[in-house]
Amino acid sequence: MLPELLNILLLTLRVSGTALLISILIGIGLGVFVALRDFPARKLVIGVINTGMGLPPVVVGLLVLLFLWRGGPLGFLELIYTPTAMIIAQVILGTPIIAGLTLATIQSVPQKYKWQAQALGAQGWQMAWLLIRETRLSLLAAIMAGFGGIISEVGAVMMVGGNIKGQTRVMTTAIVLESQRGEIELAVLLGLFLLALSFSVNLGLTIIQQRTKRA
Amino acid sequence: MLISTKTGNLRLNVAVSMIVFFCFFFSVSVAGYKTIILATTTSTVDSGLLDVLIPIFEKQSGYIVKTIGVGSGMAMEMGRRGQADVLLVHSPRDEEKLVKDGFGINRRAVMHNDFILIGPADDPAGAKTAKSVGEAFKKIGESGSLFISRGDKSGTHSKELSIWPYSKTILSNLWYLESGQGMGATLLIADQKQAYTLADRATYLSFKKRIRLVIVREGDKLLLNPYHVIEVNPEKNKGVNTTGAKAFADFLVASATQKLIADFKGFFPDAVK
Repeated sequence: MLPELLNILLLTLRVSGTALLISILIGIGLGVFVALRDFPARKLVIGVINTGMGLPPVVVGLLVLLFLWRGGPLGFLELIYTPTAMIIAQVILGTPIIAGLTLATIQSVPQKYKWQAQALGAQGWQMAWLLIRETRLSLLAAIMAGFGGIISEVGAVMMVGGNIKGQTRVMTTAIVLESQRGEIELAVLLGLFLLALSFSVNLGLTIIQQRTKRA
Repeated sequence: MLISTKTGNLRLNVAVSMIVFFCFFFSVSVAGYKTIILATTTSTVDSGLLDVLIPIFEKQSGYIVKTIGVGSGMAMEMGRRGQADVLLVHSPRDEEKLVKDGFGINRRAVMHNDFILIGPADDPAGAKTAKSVGEAFKKIGESGSLFISRGDKSGTHSKELSIWPYSKTILSNLWYLESGQGMGATLLIADQKQAYTLADRATYLSFKKRIRLVIVREGDKLLLNPYHVIEVNPEKNKGVNTTGAKAFADFLVASATQKLIADFKGFFPDAVK
């Protein structure tokens, strides 16, 4: 039991950790870009991002499933029922959360600050980086929100991962399975582990967040 | 000057993130080699039987089995669409149709377990005194006692639906409710509502200590729950691992495997000669 539990824990960290990193890269990049640049259909893009913040995981799971199935548009990649498929689903869920909160954060930076930076010669990438540094407190909160959405998700990873023992079983899908099996105590134990895992990751992020505040 | 050091910082940060990201990505994207997709029912996965059998098969054959536990309806659909290589299911009528339509081949009996009618200990419908399970269903309908159906196109749901015609009862949503959930969740709902429900014995046994409901009817021939293995027809869909499917199906009906099934609580082997 114990090695299996460890296995599930590690896979959860691997899948959700990778998904979080990719979501951060795309989400913050996209959020900053949309906040600073004007382009056609900008409002439409913002609307899409904001809708994406509340995407139903089962719908995402179903769509990813249809794309990755044999004979589906991306079926040749043979990714269905692999951790990679689960990462893809979680990135689709996590990215809009981080992008939406980044967008709101960057937009709320006073225009005066942006002018000042421009006057000092900041352009393009430099401007983006300055704003990211300046708003890192809120951006870390955005990352935590994204992580919360990813780690707690069960519908999509169940569908595209298949909850295969030793291959794609993560904490949330294991909890569903054990409660179906009537192993309520084990399900509760897994739930506590998941909470502990979530708490330690958030604690880590909070420590980074609060340290930068003092510095 | 100030700005330029910050750009250096940015490059370093991007580089570090990229490295971390690629390490993570490659650590999880190890390509699948010689895999078989087995579509089966949640009850089979829940019972734990496959946790015993599949590691043995993987060791013997070198294949990796991806077991997907879904409702029988979905398992059958995966077979039709070629999304699975082999099926282990328990909906005889749908199975026969699948084979007749040419999507499944080489259907073989593997094992069976049985269903039981569960209900409140005081048995308000008097189902215990019925002469058959059909009559027991009839009494539930006549007395208007609550009955919880799985309603999820699972093998258990399909079995339940095949019994109602024997009772000549018209279902009414006044007493006939659909949970739309798995067996465990449905048992808990039935217990809370003190209702009747049809359950597979293995799931009932694992929930027995948590619920007050008791067995009110068992042992009818109608209540037997046979599992068959069906190989997905490679002529209907591309990409089906037909050699792997045959290897797994042969393994299930082999006498050594049948012996293991006999030793597993709640299942009886059906392929022994």
